[in-house]
Amino acid sequence: MGARSGFLAAVLAAFVISGLFTGHPEAAWPLAQLDDYLLNILILAGINVVLATSLNIVNGHTGQFSLGHAGFMAVGAYGSAALTQINGKACLAALSFLGPCAQGGLFVCALLFGAALAALAGLAVGLPSLRLRGDYLAIVTLGFGEIIRVVFQNTEAVGGARGLTGIPPQTTLGWTWAVAALCIYCVSALVNSTYGRGFLAVRDDEIAAEAMGINPTRYKVTAFVVGAFFAGLAGALYAHLIGYISPEGFTFLKSVDVVVMVILGGMGSTVGVAFAAVGLTVLNELLRQAEQYRMVAFSLLLIVLMITRPQGLLGGMGRFFSRKGGNP
Amino acid sequence: MNRLLELEKVTVRFGGLVAVSEVDFHVADGELVGLIGPNGAGKTTLFNLITGVYTPTSGSIRFLGQEVGHMSSSDITGMGVARTFQNIRLFSSLSVLDNVVAAFNLHLKSGFLGALWRGNAFRSEEQSIREEAVRLLEIFGLAETAHAPCRSLSYGDQRRLEIVRALATRPRLLLLDEPAAGMNPTEKVELMRLIQFTQERFGLAVLLVEHDMKVVMGICQRIAVLEYGRKIAEGTPAEIQRDKRVIAAYLGEEVTDA
Repeated sequence: MGARSGFLAAVLAAFVISGLFTGHPEAAWPLAQLDDYLLNILILAGINVVLATSLNIVNGHTGQFSLGHAGFMAVGAYGSAALTQINGKACLAALSFLGPCAQGGLFVCALLFGAALAALAGLAVGLPSLRLRGDYLAIVTLGFGEIIRVVFQNTEAVGGARGLTGIPPQTTLGWTWAVAALCIYCVSALVNSTYGRGFLAVRDDEIAAEAMGINPTRYKVTAFVVGAFFAGLAGALYAHLIGYISPEGFTFLKSVDVVVMVILGGMGSTVGVAFAAVGLTVLNELLRQAEQYRMVAFSLLLIVLMITRPQGLLGGMGRFFSRKGGNP
Repeated sequence: MNRLLELEKVTVRFGGLVAVSEVDFHVADGELVGLIGPNGAGKTTLFNLITGVYTPTSGSIRFLGQEVGHMSSSDITGMGVARTFQNIRLFSSLSVLDNVVAAFNLHLKSGFLGALWRGNAFRSEEQSIREEAVRLLEIFGLAETAHAPCRSLSYGDQRRLEIVRALATRPRLLLLDEPAAGMNPTEKVELMRLIQFTQERFGLAVLLVEHDMKVVMGICQRIAVLEYGRKIAEGTPAEIQRDKRVIAAYLGEEVTDA
């Protein structure tokens, strides 16, 4: 019983749903008639769930303020596109032994490759910068996020400022929500263990945590690498959804968007953050009618929410599988 | 008796200030030692040196014969030194039970991957950690509040929880930094009993920093006195009470007519 079977059920559900929502009009199931616009929003919501819940382990559970999530997303996006687009033909040929599954196999490899690269970037950024705290860490991660973006902007091999086009659009609803389920599972499973109490201990009091034999640096770097890994996955999914990526898509503002989702959902509440990610994605589309007033309405909403519920929507409650009498 | 903790000519400087100067000191296995001194004498600094928060400028600190002066706090705790804090430092967002569970991290066998995979070994370890944490809480009369947020505990109970949390790291030496601060006389008497009980029950050595003379004199087998970062006296409570330099440090010197 418990977490693992719950997770398997979630992944299964994601795949079943993806079967239903293939987006092909010829599919028999009526739900499959979903129009492309709606489908895109649902996929984007899933990607945002991955981004927000993965940032939550850094900003929420471990209490480190990172502002560089878009940078890791960019690494994942470009890393995966390197396999499917830039070296697409060669990679497909290499995987030809998979027969009809070669395309899908390559996609999975690309997702994992992008995520692994992002995790490496997370390690490289985390090791030196996680000695800093609070505002200083925020500024350093912001800087690193921008550096990553500028590097891509100036690398002609990946299209420079023009960006990279022609990435095969392989991201489906099922893939996205399967990754989202995986991300929610991993973050919740990590935090809800004796091992994971270390993240929360570091957040609450670093000095006391250290005095209890918990190595804060190791925990912070772990959180950072896990966060970067899933940000990379999200980036890879995004690249293969839109089919086009450019450095402009991974600016500081994208990082802020994710931070907003985490704060809105309630730092440290996985369920709350996931809901906030979906909610904000949908809201963003609903407010499209309001055009130039969209950001005003958005900001107003945030201000009102922060005044009335500073701990976030579900802050301080509802861990994914907290036991009876878990954390308050 | 074999020496658990040994300090030899330990000095630490912060810029021009010599906070602790050439202190020789030791704690033997199973001993209850008091460390007293006026405000600013360097007691807490000495604590922070032993627990690796500060690194000594010179001198050596050995625990179980191994030099620990340059080790990190968490590694020193791993060797068997646990502490409580002068101003309570609990993990404020966690429940009473989870505060204790977090401290079991040190001896955890299943780490990152175990938590992700959640196999049988992981589950039985989690189960046994929880049981042991509850058992510890029971010993200290906190089991009923196990699922309450730790902030909701009374001041005295929070202090007790800090001791429980420190014990969860399975120490051989327990450092208590002013545990009686802010307690009323009844609570202090209870605290003295609790410290003695803890020491006997868990077979620990205890080093106690305390302002309250009644507490220190009542339970310590040996007392060291610091003043301006130097050790000015060491001995049994009776010896310390008679020591002229100690009396001078606390009450000022007698003016003698020449």
